[in-house]
Amino acid sequence: MNFFEDLRLGERRELGSHTFTAEDIKAFAIRYDPQAFHVDEEAAARSHFGALCASGWHTGAVCMRLIVLANQREAQAHRARGEEVPNIGPSPGVRDLRWHKPVFAGDTISYALEIKELREASRPGYGLVVSQTTGTNQAGDLVYSALGAVFVERKRKPHCAGAASGA
Amino acid sequence: MAKLFWEDFDVGQVNEYGRQLVSSEEIKAFAAEFDPQPMHLDEEAARATLVGGLCASGWHTCAIMMRMVADGFVLNSSSMGAPGVEEIRWLAPVRPGDTLRVRVTVLDKKASQSRPLLGFVSLFFEVLNDAGTCVMTSRTNMMFARRTPATAGVTA
Repeated sequence: MNFFEDLRLGERRELGSHTFTAEDIKAFAIRYDPQAFHVDEEAAARSHFGALCASGWHTGAVCMRLIVLANQREAQAHRARGEEVPNIGPSPGVRDLRWHKPVFAGDTISYALEIKELREASRPGYGLVVSQTTGTNQAGDLVYSALGAVFVERKRKPHCAGAASGA
Repeated sequence: MAKLFWEDFDVGQVNEYGRQLVSSEEIKAFAAEFDPQPMHLDEEAARATLVGGLCASGWHTCAIMMRMVADGFVLNSSSMGAPGVEEIRWLAPVRPGDTLRVRVTVLDKKASQSRPLLGFVSLFFEVLNDAGTCVMTSRTNMMFARRTPATAGVTA
């Protein structure tokens, strides 16, 4: 990701894809979301989902992984060109998270991110970036979307009274 | 305890579930798999970040919350999952050694207009640490099967 000032509304990035295997789905669910339709094929077949499907938290966590890896690849490219790399801070939260369709064992989900809001942040030296992340399965159906916020460093640092005299 | 159906949720009801100790090993293992940022992976590197020390991925906190509510009531209910989450707020870092619990408030409930077999329950989740600090809140509409299907004309 670029410094806050260099980000543009509507900017879109493909984040890559992930195939959810039955083993993957069950390993996550046994630890964090052991509902029958996430841990047991037979019980899942009898449920309203009709087959084993991933915990929604698993679908979201994989999106997070792909965002971080994309940021790391971009940071590497910046460094290779001798450019500075912005700090990307923590996230204050997510809203409008939707699990549109189940993610079944064997599904490959392609994730993307699009910048929707660029806002002033209370944190000095940072701006707040709100992005819509989406996950689409191999049939082209949207299965996941969310609006996530994150603090991104600015190039130009604010001049605060204390810093001025010391500088 | 009797299995919970949509009819068993009362607006205003508050329950607490948990408690779950979060270890530094678990924080790093989750992060290595799903959120490999320095603030979640390495004590030393985390000190140089905005959060000032190792802390759990926000998605990890969500997953821990899910496990606490699963063990607390969801596994013993007619839950049909949730179509999404209206809002998640990460308010304070979750540190190694924190013991988390979750307070669940029933905000609202509605019969499904189109599906007589289920209803929606709007829930507010507050994840609290040992000091009573709220580290995360979340609001979601969960779907639960009804004990007795709605009869035509009775649903709102």
